[in-house]
Formats: sequence, C-alpha cells, structure tokens
Amino acid sequence: MTIQQISIFLENKFGRLNEILSLIAKEQVRIIAASVADTSEFGILRIIADDPQKAYQILKANRISANISEVFAILTESVPGQFARTIEYFTQAGISIEYMYCFSTQSKGVLVIRVNDSEAAHEVIRRKNLRSVDQIGLREI
Amino acid sequence: MYWEQKVETISRHELEKLQLELLRTTLIQAKQSSYYAKVLNENGLDENSIQSLSDLKKIPFTTKEDLRNHYPFGFSAVPLEKCVRLHSSSGTTGNPTVVLHSQKDLDEWANQVARCMYMVGIRNTDVFQNTSGYGMFTGGLGFQYGAEKLGCLTVPAAAGNTKRQMKFITDFNTTTIHAIPSYAIRLADAFYEAGCDPKKDTKLKTLIIGAEPHSEEQRKRIEELLGVKAYNCFGMSEMNGPGVAFECPQQNGLHLWEDYVIAEIIDPVTLEPVPEGELGELVLTTLKREAMPLLRYRTRDLTRFIPGICKCGRTHRRIDRFKGRSDDMMILKGVNIFPIQIEKILMQFKELGNNYLITLETIGTNDEMLVEVELSDLFTDDYSVLQRLTKEITHQLKDEILLTPKVKLVEKGSLPQSEGKAVRVKDLRKII
Repeated sequence: MTIQQISIFLENKFGRLNEILSLIAKEQVRIIAASVADTSEFGILRIIADDPQKAYQILKANRISANISEVFAILTESVPGQFARTIEYFTQAGISIEYMYCFSTQSKGVLVIRVNDSEAAHEVIRRKNLRSVDQIGLREI
Repeated sequence: MYWEQKVETISRHELEKLQLELLRTTLIQAKQSSYYAKVLNENGLDENSIQSLSDLKKIPFTTKEDLRNHYPFGFSAVPLEKCVRLHSSSGTTGNPTVVLHSQKDLDEWANQVARCMYMVGIRNTDVFQNTSGYGMFTGGLGFQYGAEKLGCLTVPAAAGNTKRQMKFITDFNTTTIHAIPSYAIRLADAFYEAGCDPKKDTKLKTLIIGAEPHSEEQRKRIEELLGVKAYNCFGMSEMNGPGVAFECPQQNGLHLWEDYVIAEIIDPVTLEPVPEGELGELVLTTLKREAMPLLRYRTRDLTRFIPGICKCGRTHRRIDRFKGRSDDMMILKGVNIFPIQIEKILMQFKELGNNYLITLETIGTNDEMLVEVELSDLFTDDYSVLQRLTKEITHQLKDEILLTPKVKLVEKGSLPQSEGKAVRVKDLRKII
C-alpha cells in the first residue's frame, strides 16, 4: 500500500516556496506533510496532500515542474523508539531508505519513506505487521 | 517540382555567363547612386572592368557601416519617385539602415520567395499563416507577397497573441506556418498546454523557420512537436529579406539563388576567400536589384558552401546552416564561442526544455560563463539525478567549447520568453 507524493523542482529564489504553497492553499488542498531537500543550486519540495491529483493539476496549470511518485506512509505508535524499530526492519531486510521524513500527532507517528526496492519493502511491511496507510487512511490521521 | 525549372537547373557554365552579364548591368545601375558613383570612380572601375567573374574582387566591400553612414538615401540608384517601398532595420548603434525597393524589385523578391516555397511542396491549395512581425521586419511583407504570388490563401496573422494564432490554425485549416524557431516551440507548447496535439488536431504540415540561428537538434524537436517538416530560410533586409537561400526537401543545406546574387565566402580577418567548404563570412552582390544594388556586401553571417551536387536537381550552390553572426560570437578567455554550439549540446538532453540563457559575467577578476537551462516536464524526484545531469551537461559543454561553464537548472517558464527573437546571451562582464 503506497501513497502519492508530489515532488516539485524549486529554484533557490526568495519567496518561491511561499508562492507554490499559496497556489495549493488557494484551492483548498490540505498539506499533510512536506519536506525540502536542497543543494546549493536548487531544492526539491516534497508534499503529501489530502488530494494529490488536484494538487498536481494546480501545479501543472501554473507551469511548475512537478511529478508524482509512490512512497510508503507507515503508521506507528507515538512512543520512544518506534521510528528506530521500524527503520531497523528495513535495514535488516537489506533495503536502502533513499529519503524519509516523519511527523507525529499526540498518539500516532507517520514515517514517509522512499526505498530502493518497493517489493521487498511490501514484504517487510506484511511480515512485520506494519501499518502502511493509503490515501484515505492518511486523511483520517 | 520546380517553380522555374530552366533557371533552377541551369548548368554551371550557363549560370556563370548569366551572372557576368547581370553583374555588368548591376555596375551600370550602381553608378547611379551617389555612394557607388564615388567608390567606383575612386577605384577607376566601371562595367568594362568586369570581363570575367574573377574581376569581381576588384570592387571594394560594402559594409553595414557604409549603409549607416549614407543614411537614408545615399545608396539609392533611382529617383525616389521610382521607389515604392522602404524597409529599415533597427539602429541599436548609430543610424539605422535603409533599403529601397522599386516595383520591379518587389516583384523579383516575391518571385524569389515563391520559388523557395514551391520548392518545399507548398502550392496554391495551401493555407499559409505568417507569424512574423509585419512592418519594418521583412519576414512579414516578404512572405506575404511571395505566398500570394504562389497563390496560397495567406493569413497575415503577424507576431504574438498565441491564443489567436492557435484559433486561426484550427479554424482556417492552416497547413503552412512561417515562424522563428523559438516561437514555433512556444506555439507547440501552447497547443499541448491547451490539451491539443497539433499532430492530430491541426492540418499543419510545413513550417518555414529562419531569422534565428538554431541547431539541427532544435529543428528535429520542432518537427516532432508540431508534426511538420521544417525548412530553413535565410534572408536579411539588406538583401530584400527572406528568400535569399532556402532548403530544398533534402534538408541538407540552403540553395542560394545565384541568379539573384553572387556569393563569396571570405575569412573575416584577412578578407581573402576561404577554400571551398570552409567556414567564413558570406559576402553577397545583388544581380537584379534596381533601386538599391549592393556590391560585395559583407553580411556578417558565418557559413560555408556545401561541396557537391544536390540530389534535388537544382544547380545553385548550397550554403550550410548558419553558425551564427560574426557579431554574435562571444569571446571568453580568448576562445571564440557561438550560442549555437551551446544550444546543440543542450538540445540533446531530453530532460531539458527549449529555453536557455547564457550569461557572461566577471567574478572577481575572472570572466565566467553561466548557462541557465529550463527543465522539461520529464522529471525525477531524486536530486542526485539532477546533480548528475548538471555534471553531464557541464562535461559535454566543456568538450564542445573548451571552457567549463557553470550550468544551472531552472524551473520551466522561469527564463524570459520573448515573442520576437529570443535573447540567448547576456554580457555583464566588466572591463578590467
């Protein structure tokens, strides 16, 4: 089970992040999680939204270079050591985490991860009984 | 197949005989202008000094400076009442240049353009939409009269207003377009953004491109985007405008109409002719112009003759796609670089869009080149891929221009887009 993540090419330019987020906000799309990876020249903004297709269409209509990729969102209890344990399962299975960002609410934690081997990751999730959520599950967090 | 078979397939020997005869007539005509009366007199030249084509080199070159210095009517070889049109090119430095036309000149020009268009299969059943600026820019009226002479239904849409261009193309079943390359791409982008596929949803089949140097890769990309065959056109206002040289269906070089001009290719420094096939500056002498003949005019355009005979059967020599203007050449750290060299590399990357900007700047005491290029929609969410892409572009550019530029990927649509000729180079260097 995966969710859709939108990646946006971001030039290092003052105010650009604000511009893009405002475009999405205007259309009433809720951003659940976001992260920015940056180099000295450019950044990539990654967004998990409640309606990724709509967010993507908004970006397209504004001629913004963006694409959609599938990532895992794994739900954990929000207690010490949970994130570490979860990642460890992947490491043990020889799966590389390409990038990760996470967020927690009072009772739950969510790990958004992109791995080098999706099939193997599915297998780990099944075997270890991890809760990977889909788009609908994500909206309910 | 041929608009004027006899002259288009004339033997070399006959062509040279014709050129000699026309050159002598041109000299007689040129003497009527105050400028050439003086120049020819000072050099002791008249039509009798020309006994063979090799005598052409006795005549001094004419430069753009000469045109500017004798602005506006110093080159006029007929009384002004015989002139019916004036085109002027912008004078960014000093005076503009002026070109005068008699009615006969305009008729000949229209014939030249019609010959070019007929050559690539355009017929009176075609609908021709001209996206050139009308007015002083000769790509407007030049193609208008040429296409009308050929009998096309001609739509003088003029420049800009892309939405309207698209509506015309769709509503009028336009088959043929004339556009500068950067605008052709913009038009294609606009179709795709509107959810149309110009390959299926329009009747477009032929595109005439010119006025901006562009690479073969750029041409192929335009052909794929629009689903057309794109043919290169060469012209300049001093030589009337479009129609001086044009590609035939072989798409391998532009036939230069040698019954209208005599062409030489010279080394721009030594002013001596270069060996056949080598790159140099194109020098043209008009052969039929009445109101304003030009003798050995230095075009500043760099090209070469393509040796050999063209499969299309035309005997007029071909010139290669333009390497740029000698004025466009950038000199960075003593290396001569043309924007087209950079474009050629960039267009090979599918990940990149069509828009780019070269900036020359002084950093510390060093002159550096920055190449900004837009990403296309093909995109990864992995930034190490983008970094590798940047490195690969840098590497290939270095192989081509022998200097290492700084390459920067930018967002689609972030570089300035112009409806006229694209500005590809910004020189911000300080003189130290």
